[in-house]
Amino acid sequence: MRFEGSERYVATGDLTMAVNAAATLKRPLLIKGEPGTGKTLLAEEVATALGMPYYEWHIKSTSKAQQGLYEYDAVSRLRDSQLGDERVHDIANYIVPGPVWRAFESERPPVLLIDEIDKADIEFPNDLLRELDRMEFHVYETQQTVTARHRPVIIITSNNEKELPDAFLRRCFFHYISFPDRETMERIVQVHFPGLKGGLVREALELFFGLREMPGVKKRPSTSELLDWLKLLMAEDVDASVLRESNQEKTLPPLYGALLKNEQDTQLFERLMFMARRRRQG
Amino acid sequence: MLISFLQALREAGLRVSVTEFLTLLEALQARVTPGSVEDFYFLARACLVKDETRFDRFDQVFSAWFSGVEDIASALGADIPEEWLRRQAELSLSEAEKAELEGMGWDELMRTLRERLAEQSERHQGGNKWIGTAGRSPYGAWGYNPEGVRIGQDRSRHRRAVKVWDQRTFRNLDGDQALESRNLKLALRRLRRFAREGAGEELDLDDTIHATARRGGQLDLRMVPERHNAARVLVFFDIGGSMDDHVAICEALFSAARSEFKHLTYYYFHNCPYETLWRDATRRHADAVPTHEILHTFDPDYRVIIVGDAAMSPYEVKLPGAGVEHWNEESGETWLRRIVDTFPHLVWLNPEPSRFWDATQSNTMIREVIGERMYPLTPDGLEAAMQALNR
Repeated sequence: MRFEGSERYVATGDLTMAVNAAATLKRPLLIKGEPGTGKTLLAEEVATALGMPYYEWHIKSTSKAQQGLYEYDAVSRLRDSQLGDERVHDIANYIVPGPVWRAFESERPPVLLIDEIDKADIEFPNDLLRELDRMEFHVYETQQTVTARHRPVIIITSNNEKELPDAFLRRCFFHYISFPDRETMERIVQVHFPGLKGGLVREALELFFGLREMPGVKKRPSTSELLDWLKLLMAEDVDASVLRESNQEKTLPPLYGALLKNEQDTQLFERLMFMARRRRQG
Repeated sequence: MLISFLQALREAGLRVSVTEFLTLLEALQARVTPGSVEDFYFLARACLVKDETRFDRFDQVFSAWFSGVEDIASALGADIPEEWLRRQAELSLSEAEKAELEGMGWDELMRTLRERLAEQSERHQGGNKWIGTAGRSPYGAWGYNPEGVRIGQDRSRHRRAVKVWDQRTFRNLDGDQALESRNLKLALRRLRRFAREGAGEELDLDDTIHATARRGGQLDLRMVPERHNAARVLVFFDIGGSMDDHVAICEALFSAARSEFKHLTYYYFHNCPYETLWRDATRRHADAVPTHEILHTFDPDYRVIIVGDAAMSPYEVKLPGAGVEHWNEESGETWLRRIVDTFPHLVWLNPEPSRFWDATQSNTMIREVIGERMYPLTPDGLEAAMQALNR
């Protein structure tokens, strides 16, 4: 059972190593990297490639660790008690299992994604230490202990908004997805758009990496944005020669809105291009 | 044999715990890797290093350990002397050269640095420990070990190294500094202004009881929005020149402020704010923002914190055209007064101890403009400043 990437996902050697280590030893794998480099997608791809059930838990700034395990719906119970519902006598009826619980109860070894763990409160990872370590937790209301049938492969993503506590980091494998270099990027594009002509890809990548290296960009376009842009280019049937022209003439590339997401960046780009044009003429 | 690797890592300042080391052994036992050195490198990195900013250090130790160097500490050029690098770059690169750096390619950059370092170490020979080591292996200190390149290195590593170097030359404040930022955070907490905004997500117990009672026991739930810290903060940092001595404390402050306030915007200036401020200290000219724009964008409810030592030539405050870096049409005082008039909630934090303040003329002038709202950058001064901002 080894993960080697898939038809839809290009994984570099170091990434597959980290995934396989985490899957073999059943320890959580923490993934960091620039936005849009496929952190979240990884878990889904691992699940598909290894044929495992997939559970996801998306973290928000208001998420509590408890919500991943279970929630006690006291309000429904109160309401039911007023309506004289029979269910009210069993508290277990009001315990709602969270994603972690569901993953623990899976018949086959599952993949559990904990997405953007850094969005939550600074104490959040600490509240999950025991659960990740022992793969079990206690339900206070019903006095039962839930233990994982199979230790899940846990993939955790972080955008580096907050520092994670050391105790938490010690229990994880760690991988940093660096931004793909040109060759890897070509492979990624190939995987997503197998029919795309080489000329168009070359010009598009030229433009894309040019944009990324533009000094002072607020939001640098990422892999996922490049793919969206290519999709648009294909839908609009833009020819490679148009892109080449844009590269040479220093004009805004067609459909640039897919790459530059922020007004200031667009303005900055126009200004830079204008300067480049003037320099050439002068 | 692996234990010596662990020791080497710890000596190089990577905090690798025994648990993590055991995980690595477990992984090796489980035959996760087919056995090539490259695989082992990736595996060891995934197990032992949990912070991508330490990868560089790990690479150095790894390559040194694998090529059988015995004394890793000295091969590394000891603890990377960031402080030293910073000053070194200051000393050995002129303003023009610093500007040139932007345009310089990687090879060019390395070459220039190497030359500078070589010159420098000859001049001070024997006098300085850092330079002695650096003379022997300047590359180690740059996080660029030629042997390290071989292992798992691709072009992206080079790019990262340039980035690291960039961080060392130009002192953009590092918000991740953990340095005693805790007591700063506690002081900043004083500026919390809680407000309930947005969708109701919390149960309002009192209101629910009232409403339920009014309806004769029929449950009537009332919700309220959660409380947020709604304080909005604008920080102006003085950067460069005499502020270099206060970089550490400013970084700590910056890091604390960033984690405390959701609405935090910051700009940099040099000595005194003039008609433009910078979003990014390294790209002063590309990223300059007109001060007028800032005055218009942010409403007067913003709390403004200016951080600077207020030490400059009096002309820089008083006269047009006296700015050290460019020609300013209007005097610093005019600009400062505009800022003070726009934002009634304003304080100036000064990293210099307050007993020296009267010795600088510019300091007195600035205090006249802002009206006795200058506080020393100590936990106590900060607390007083936050109280002043809350008024």
